[in-house]
Amino acid sequence: MTAPILFFVFAIVALAAALGMLISKNPVSSALWLILNLFCVAGLYLTMNAEFIAVIQVLVYAGAIMVLFVFVIMLLNLAELPDLKKVDWRRLTAYTVGMGLLSMLMYITASALDLVPDPPSLEAAANNGSVSHLAKVMFTQYAMPLEVIGILLLAATIGSVVIAKRKPV
Amino acid sequence: MEITLNWYLTLSALLFSMGVIGFLFRRNAIIMLMCVELMLNSVNITLVAFSQYLGDVSGQILVFFVMSVAAAEAAVGLALVIAIFRNKLTIDVTKINLFKY
Repeated sequence: MTAPILFFVFAIVALAAALGMLISKNPVSSALWLILNLFCVAGLYLTMNAEFIAVIQVLVYAGAIMVLFVFVIMLLNLAELPDLKKVDWRRLTAYTVGMGLLSMLMYITASALDLVPDPPSLEAAANNGSVSHLAKVMFTQYAMPLEVIGILLLAATIGSVVIAKRKPV
Repeated sequence: MEITLNWYLTLSALLFSMGVIGFLFRRNAIIMLMCVELMLNSVNITLVAFSQYLGDVSGQILVFFVMSVAAAEAAVGLALVIAIFRNKLTIDVTKINLFKY
């Protein structure tokens, strides 16, 4: 895991984009912020030497899923946008403090139990994200789940068409 | 300064909690779906970080499957949003109460 500057740039832009998605009122600008976030996450995968996952991230998330989101936002042509609920600062503070306490507790428990294992040798991690290595495992050891995912995608396609179809009245 | 596993886990936790906050505080159904995508993404960061740290390729295959399920979820969720918008002419989740009566 190298290139600290790249990591910090991508991480900060990803966090800023997520924040922009949360606070922007227009759904289209929310979608654009989320696309920026997804590209930054793809860059983070590249800093971890996971090239295949980075390419798939750009293709599937930024390419397919976000086009679907933007298409639906444009299709619905919302006359009046539901604006932000008035932010309840007490609830937000309670959420933040609760999550912080929970993560501290989890961290202390995990470090007391010594759950994090030792890293393996460096050359094993180096060619870990390569497409050939990934494909070898995916089409031998994980061939059955791959087929099941295909069936799931087919079912989701048919299901979404049926749900979104105009009912013949 | 070296970037260790903990940095990636921290970033992923922050992104996940931002997704949860958006899911809880926004009322627009499409933006809520986007927040779900953000949460799935942060989990993917964790999976890839652990996969590279441990030198085990199974984590990245799981990321591939998570992405497929996210695509299916987005398609079905947006189809539901379209169907609800056609009936109620709104995607404000506080105004959708089909199960109330």
